Amino acid sequence: MYWNPKYECMPREEIKQLQLERLRLTLERAYYNVPHYRRIMQEIGFEPEDLKSLDDLRHLPFTSKKDLRENYPYGMFAVPLSEVVRIHSSSGTTGRPTVVGYTKHDINVWSEIMARTLTTAGVQKSDVIQNAYGYGLFTGGLGIHYGAEKIGATIIPVSGGNTKRQVMIMKDYGTTVLTCTPSCSLHIAETIEEMEILKDELKLKIGIFGAEPWSENMRREIEERLNISAIDIYGLSEIIGPGVAIECPYKNGLHVHEDHFIVEVIDPKTGEVLPPGERGELVFTSLTKEALPMIRYRTGDISRIIEEPCPCGRTSVKIGRIEGRTDDMIIIRGVNVFPSQIEHVLLEVGQTEPHYQLVIDRVGYLDVLEVQVEVSEKMFSDDVRSLEMLSKKIQNEIESTLGISVKVKLVEPKTIERSEGKAKRIIDKRNI
Amino acid sequence: MLVKQLSVFLENTPGRLYSVTSVLPENNVKIKALMLADTADFGVLRLIVDEPEKTLRILQENGYAAKITNAIAIEVCDSPFQQMQKILKLLSEKNINVEYMYAFSGETPGTALVVFRVDDLETAMEYLKRKKMTV
Repeated sequence: MYWNPKYECMPREEIKQLQLERLRLTLERAYYNVPHYRRIMQEIGFEPEDLKSLDDLRHLPFTSKKDLRENYPYGMFAVPLSEVVRIHSSSGTTGRPTVVGYTKHDINVWSEIMARTLTTAGVQKSDVIQNAYGYGLFTGGLGIHYGAEKIGATIIPVSGGNTKRQVMIMKDYGTTVLTCTPSCSLHIAETIEEMEILKDELKLKIGIFGAEPWSENMRREIEERLNISAIDIYGLSEIIGPGVAIECPYKNGLHVHEDHFIVEVIDPKTGEVLPPGERGELVFTSLTKEALPMIRYRTGDISRIIEEPCPCGRTSVKIGRIEGRTDDMIIIRGVNVFPSQIEHVLLEVGQTEPHYQLVIDRVGYLDVLEVQVEVSEKMFSDDVRSLEMLSKKIQNEIESTLGISVKVKLVEPKTIERSEGKAKRIIDKRNI
Repeated sequence: MLVKQLSVFLENTPGRLYSVTSVLPENNVKIKALMLADTADFGVLRLIVDEPEKTLRILQENGYAAKITNAIAIEVCDSPFQQMQKILKLLSEKNINVEYMYAFSGETPGTALVVFRVDDLETAMEYLKRKKMTV
């Protein structure tokens, strides 16, 4: 099912032509209205008219979170504030917040993109969407909200938190679609089991999960425990919010709305553009945004471009599941470690969703990684030896995956802090 | 006699044993016996209580990983040590391995209950019964 088949199924050549035209307009808007963009283009002697083909995009410098912070709060806006109808921003716990703005037109475009996104995921007008993404400065809540209203579905703006209430609403209000972070969905599944609610008391059939990295194993776990189809959604506020890319029910990559964004994958070290299929950092350029045009924005997310045609009929390129972030990458004794790698091992070994935490410490001059794993009902046994073997097995598997030695510690259930939103996986005690 | 023994996963840190043993009396569970096996990082607490199923539920509600496992409990009186030896001899005759055991004083004064966890519970029960041990 399509929301906007004209764009979703547009022949590749036409998409590229459309992208080129819109990119030119975006560069002009940025060059003439944003001092930062004018300066960096002038530094390399580039003017918007120099853009002859899409390939020329790779000559332009990147934009990063740092640029947004340096131009805090409105310095990157390409329209006067009077034209801006909405502001979103990051929480700014790790420095100055990043502020994004939307014109009336931007909000309409975003709503259209989200309507398309939800439809791609399988949502229909008849659905009841429980939106457990946070409402407020975070784009997740309102982004989903506007898309849902656009397609005429019923939206329950419950926002995040209070898992028991989420479950109560889900059961009583007949929720058919759940939107939240994947870790939150497992938290909800856990609560449903604790409250002894049967699967057939719920009408839930689709979950749309994003805003943090997850894995195929986690998808299986969620789908089984909630008895739903779990769909991966991707987005970030700097580009527009949720809805930059979305999986279709074939679940073999996330469709990028290419009439609104150009996606590139680069080598995060050299900045070089990588060919389709190769893993690297995702870089997005906005094509239709008025308030905050983004040129080659470095997301910090690791993925790849999938060019193979999709059986769903959409002609856009896809991106693979986000495999980690360039910045939550931990370096331990010179080895790059992604928490998702460890999560993968734990799922394989424990056959259940792991609640785990990575504690990194420096003992003497040596970095030590301790993987704390909560013992689930399934893993626990009266036999001390089999518990020790389990712990040893986890250790061996992680060591062979990462190539560094780790310590595994089994801990009691529910002792690792659960957040209602993003899971806190890493505690780095090193002072580097 | 076959008893339902509760096993609880505990972290090997101060206060954990106290915490789990406090939860139970608060919920009117009577602990008849307990035994703690430990490793460097964690321990497994084994408990004999009056209502194992209810206790399991209480433990799970309080966030513990717990399980019920079957064990053999035998009441011994008059020179308990020799009697226990006799049981061990019978088990070894059948090549049954004792994984662990612990003892506590029985209901009747002067008696003791010995709890055995063995690798082949069925054979052990049958053989001990045949040999007229009060199981």
